[in-house]
Amino acid sequence: MKLTRREFFKQSAALSTATAAGIPATAGAANIVTDAALTKLQWSKAPCRFCGVGCGVNVAVRDGKVVATHGDINAEVNRGINCVKGYFLSKIMYGADRLTEPLLRMKDGKYDKNGELQPVSWDRAFDVMAEQFKKALRDKGPTSVGMFGSGQWTIWEGYAAAKLLKAGFRSNNIDPNARHCMASAVAGFMRTFGMDEPMGCYDDIENGQVFVLWGANMAEMHPILWSRITDRRLSSPQSRVVTLSVYENRSYDLADLTLTFRPQTDLAIMNYIANHIIRSGAVNRGFVDRHARFMVGNTDIGYGLRPENPLQKARNVADPGGGKPATFEEYAAFVSRYDLDSVAELSRVPRQRLEQLAQLYADPKTPVMSLFTMGFNQHTRGTWCSHLLYNLHLLTGKIAAPGNGPFSLTGQPSACGTAREVGTFSHRLPADMVVTNPKHRETAETIWKLPPGTIPDKPGYHAVQQNRMLKDGKLNAYWVMCNNNMQAAPNIVEEAWPGYRNPDNFIVVSDAYPTVTTVAADLVLPTAMWVEKEGAYGNAERRTQFWHQLVSAPGQARSDLWQIMEFSKRFRMEEVWPAELLDKAPNYRGKTLYDVLFRNGEVDKFPASQVEAGYANDEAKAFGFYVQKGLFEEYARFGRGHGHDLAPFDAYHQARGLRWPVVDGKETRWRYREGYDPYVKAGEDVNFYGMPDGKAVIYALPYEPAAEEPDKDYPFWLCTGRVLEHWHSGSMTRRVPELYRAFPDAVCYMHPDDARRLGLRRGDDIEISSRRGAMRTRVETRGRNKPPPGLIFVPWFDAGQLINKVTLDATCPISLQTDFKKCAVQIRKV
Amino acid sequence: MRILISVGLAALCATAALAQHIDNARGPVPVMEEHAPPPLQNPDNSDVRRQRAYAMQPPIIPHKIEGYQTDRNANRCMMCHARTRTEQSQAPMISVSHFTDRDGNFLAELSPRRYFCLQCHVPQVPVKPLVENRYIDVETMLRRGGSASTLPGRE
Repeated sequence: MKLTRREFFKQSAALSTATAAGIPATAGAANIVTDAALTKLQWSKAPCRFCGVGCGVNVAVRDGKVVATHGDINAEVNRGINCVKGYFLSKIMYGADRLTEPLLRMKDGKYDKNGELQPVSWDRAFDVMAEQFKKALRDKGPTSVGMFGSGQWTIWEGYAAAKLLKAGFRSNNIDPNARHCMASAVAGFMRTFGMDEPMGCYDDIENGQVFVLWGANMAEMHPILWSRITDRRLSSPQSRVVTLSVYENRSYDLADLTLTFRPQTDLAIMNYIANHIIRSGAVNRGFVDRHARFMVGNTDIGYGLRPENPLQKARNVADPGGGKPATFEEYAAFVSRYDLDSVAELSRVPRQRLEQLAQLYADPKTPVMSLFTMGFNQHTRGTWCSHLLYNLHLLTGKIAAPGNGPFSLTGQPSACGTAREVGTFSHRLPADMVVTNPKHRETAETIWKLPPGTIPDKPGYHAVQQNRMLKDGKLNAYWVMCNNNMQAAPNIVEEAWPGYRNPDNFIVVSDAYPTVTTVAADLVLPTAMWVEKEGAYGNAERRTQFWHQLVSAPGQARSDLWQIMEFSKRFRMEEVWPAELLDKAPNYRGKTLYDVLFRNGEVDKFPASQVEAGYANDEAKAFGFYVQKGLFEEYARFGRGHGHDLAPFDAYHQARGLRWPVVDGKETRWRYREGYDPYVKAGEDVNFYGMPDGKAVIYALPYEPAAEEPDKDYPFWLCTGRVLEHWHSGSMTRRVPELYRAFPDAVCYMHPDDARRLGLRRGDDIEISSRRGAMRTRVETRGRNKPPPGLIFVPWFDAGQLINKVTLDATCPISLQTDFKKCAVQIRKV
Repeated sequence: MRILISVGLAALCATAALAQHIDNARGPVPVMEEHAPPPLQNPDNSDVRRQRAYAMQPPIIPHKIEGYQTDRNANRCMMCHARTRTEQSQAPMISVSHFTDRDGNFLAELSPRRYFCLQCHVPQVPVKPLVENRYIDVETMLRRGGSASTLPGRE
């Protein structure tokens, strides 16, 4: 009903007269409902569904629907505020095109790779899927099946998936989309400290003085942490913010010092700062002697491309992570060639700015917190970036203390909690263990009650390799869960699309909404999301957070957890394990994978009656026991007693998250530091106990050029990334009208001079192309991102404009994470 | 006969269209094909306030903000929305929530943690949504009556 302003007032006046005269107005006519019983909302806590900051959200439910969400004032992360995406969480589940039934590609009622996706029952879906997985296992063995998971999986979903693949199918071909996101940070932490994840926490912000953003645009990508840094900067006059990036962005608005550098030269800038620290006598020798040792890392390690690529003819391509011990003097000599003049020339950053930044790191009285995310991680030398930054903190001893330390930010809500801590990578097991270590495999086999030799000892296919192996027909039965990799993966024209559509392969995609990945699938499974299930996420500061199921999923949509467990019922042990292995566990004969993995006396230990009164739990109802609690408690056994301790399950439903290690009910804010970390003994001061000798490693590593740099034919750098209003591939946020309207479509940010030279105007239709593929978008010469001449920035959230048709699938050879920030492109007006 | 055929064809096409699974966030363009991207459009500049989806939602910005300076030195938004400017500007005052610090204490001015307005408040380009959203306003639920029962476990 539309009313004019006059009509609106007339009606309002009539209503108030009626109410005053005691004439009962109908419910529809009364202007305010005051009956407390009717207006009551049921509020519960949950972490936000989006980024790795892990804000606490209060969720209001009414009549089985989420009707409101707001920042939880009791959540320490965000204390009552959310970013614009978080405020619209209430709408993410209600896009009209939610998937509500399984869809199978069929022709004439039968599965056909070239058929159309048509509705089928869950039974039929799992029948066909099991047949395809069994066929692959029978014909080619465990290496022909695989799974691509997610940093958005809940902790128990990732854990159940890893168990199904590594123990059940005996395939290490499971990797999370977090490989695209923070694998370089993992590799860096593991190689320097022997343990993953930051030593500090968000409290560093309130305790800090200097905040250096290395290629992280926190103002858009980590808005609530940015609000904490803004709070600190504006209320503490001596604090400083420094931003480093390859283009000017919103984070520059708060900065005291900005360094816009030529892509890839961050490596040289960090070595220059290390050199400055040494030359100015600012090395904390006492700290370095007690707590660090030196290594020279292998150089010329290739770019993680296919082996036939000429760039892979590198000296150390077979041993990219290798190195040899060194002395402080050798390290000092190594960095001495990174002097101010040559680094200023290479990086194109004015000398004065480089010097100012170096002095902040060198000054022994100035606490420094360094924050990094995709600019570092998505880098063909991403692991090196982590090392070179840790070097600065280790040389000065500014680490593992309030306000001091390197801090890796994450992009997904459970990149840490699920992908990293559960270890859903192709080489990892829970609690920082790896499949290549016989002792670690033994630990896993003991906890999982498996015969020795069950878990394969070779790492499986990582994210980029999975798409290559699909294309090459070596990976044939493939399950994609909780992510949109046809949009997110690099070089989709040459690798992902031909891989998914290869007639040898059967592709299953589980999602809540149609995406370009479901469009490429052979079987689509409708999935419950966020508060439609009980869940747990782990954020970037080691904080594990739980939530209850608050509403039901629509139609036949089911959680990833239900899908994994229900699918496991379709396999008899004889179909997945060889006779020799079953001989070692004869009691498993005749059982199903479900019996062995999930009815093992541990996972099914807690009855469904333990689910908190008043909350639903569809999985407990379906399987007859408290699935989430059983999986969590079994998983927690991997980490307890050696620095990865998690609290008992029930504690997390009460607390607003707890930061591990949680020992004797107490969380840990600063690891490795006496007085904060229960694993550091009195008198030790600092102990990097992840390493056998308690010492962190300072790596000598050089600047090396990017895999593909601009040239005559492809004269522009392409940098891809995100925007504040959309989360990753936009499959949720672009279905919220307010968020869609805030930033409807992708654009190409470019310098006005570049536009002029190309004869382009703002809003022109252009084609951006590389040696691999092309996409069309529109020119934007104004707004929030201001690239320097020679570089363009295109966000990847838009399914209608797939920038990953253009990107290069080069990776860091150590972390195997793609560099989405650098490749060479040309631009032409359409 | 010709009519029959065309009706039959139309029915076939309708079935095919129904069966076709597409990503509405992309539209019907095949994944490996390109098409003209939607034109750039200016955001709504009507200055008409919009109803919020629920009480705690940050209001959207119903006007242009292009070229507004919001950095460490100046905050253009506060030139109209600050408490002391609203009489002159007739713009809505920033919410009282914006005066509290992390611990819930009231401050004399805008809390620094709320300084960057665009983290929560966004302009709106007047385009049709890609996909209808079936979120139900709580007011609609109240009006249609029904039980106060809420969580599925309590039904």
